[in-house]
Amino acid sequence: MKAVSVEEAVAMIPAGASVMVGGFMGVGTPERLLDEVVRQKKTQLTLISNDAATPGKGVGKLFDHALVSKLTATHIGLNPKAQQQMLANLIAVDLVPQGTFVERIRAGGCGLGGVLTPTGVGTLVAEGKRQIEIDGKAFLLETALRAQFALVHAFLADYLGNLSYALTSRNFNPVMAMAADTVIVTAENIVPVGVIAPDHVVTPAPLVDYLITNG
Amino acid sequence: MDPQIIIARRVAKELKTGNLVNLGIGIPTLVANYVPSDLKVFFQSENGLIGTGPIPEQGMAHPTLTDAGGRPISALPGASTFDSAMSFGLIRGGHVDVTVLGGLQVDAHGHLANWMIPGKMVPGMGGAMDLVSGAKRVIVAMQHAAKGKSKIVAKCSLPLTSARPVHLVVTDMAVIGFPGGRATLLETAPGISVGEVMAVTEAELVIQDTVPEMRL
Repeated sequence: MKAVSVEEAVAMIPAGASVMVGGFMGVGTPERLLDEVVRQKKTQLTLISNDAATPGKGVGKLFDHALVSKLTATHIGLNPKAQQQMLANLIAVDLVPQGTFVERIRAGGCGLGGVLTPTGVGTLVAEGKRQIEIDGKAFLLETALRAQFALVHAFLADYLGNLSYALTSRNFNPVMAMAADTVIVTAENIVPVGVIAPDHVVTPAPLVDYLITNG
Repeated sequence: MDPQIIIARRVAKELKTGNLVNLGIGIPTLVANYVPSDLKVFFQSENGLIGTGPIPEQGMAHPTLTDAGGRPISALPGASTFDSAMSFGLIRGGHVDVTVLGGLQVDAHGHLANWMIPGKMVPGMGGAMDLVSGAKRVIVAMQHAAKGKSKIVAKCSLPLTSARPVHLVVTDMAVIGFPGGRATLLETAPGISVGEVMAVTEAELVIQDTVPEMRL
């Protein structure tokens, strides 16, 4: 793990990159990283995020500045700007059931080619996908999902990069921290090694490439 | 009584002590208000919490304690938090005893459509498809009709949420179940006759010899 400034970290992300961003309706989202992505005008991003948050909050800022060209998400109904950009064909949107979304990312982070899920069988979601029967039950083959970058927000990070999370701000963060080539983390608090007890570490330090310094 | 309150109160009667319950947005959210205090139910919020509590008092909200809409909530003693893979493992894995969801249409075989209106409303399905596919019992809480049109239809014209049928539909006029895969009128709302329910229901309903009134 390397400690870097938010400017240095975002400078590593090229325009057109694929980026996973943690958070659920802007809760548990690395806001400082997104503010810097906006400031450095990283365009044509492929965004993988549960939702589109709301304008001005979380990944909603990326839609405010029209930085996204492709989006994989589960629900964007609470961000009218993302909806408008989708309906105007400015963004290619792939809407995925939330349980499938997180399992595809988990598979991507765990070396699996995909998962078999009953969710979506017999619906629009099944179109173009392989259906596999196991013990008489139908499943869809959903392929793994990875990105070049994961932008993750933790509650505590220690000097080595061990992470723990707070309440409902955990959501997709630990799963995404497994599924990207480069993992960049912001933390509410950066603390000495040992403050996070081994049993309370959720994301082990070797998964973290860059920790954004605070202050 | 307000139609939404009739629905919420009737659905609350379906919950049992020890149940893990996931409530959707809209009318389903109201169900929590009508659960008797001696009934110990665990409510899940799919953004990663079991043990959701009421909206916190002014000044007591915390930015990392929110519901699936991102609004502040509280957590009850004994609550637990987890990531989204765990949360949907609970849902898809059959660990959620009851989910209560809103609906746009339910058909004569219990198929639910509740996530999109092509060309009009395409917000994304969020967790709805996983909930209908995986929860042990799926209850739909919705108005019987919208703008005079039956929401209990012969066949859903809107895209389905799941191929798996729901277990129970509770409306402001009736309770409908699907024994043998056929929509069956189980109860009528107070002051509503069987004939009145049939008159505003597009789907063919199986009517038993006696149809009791909902007890609220």
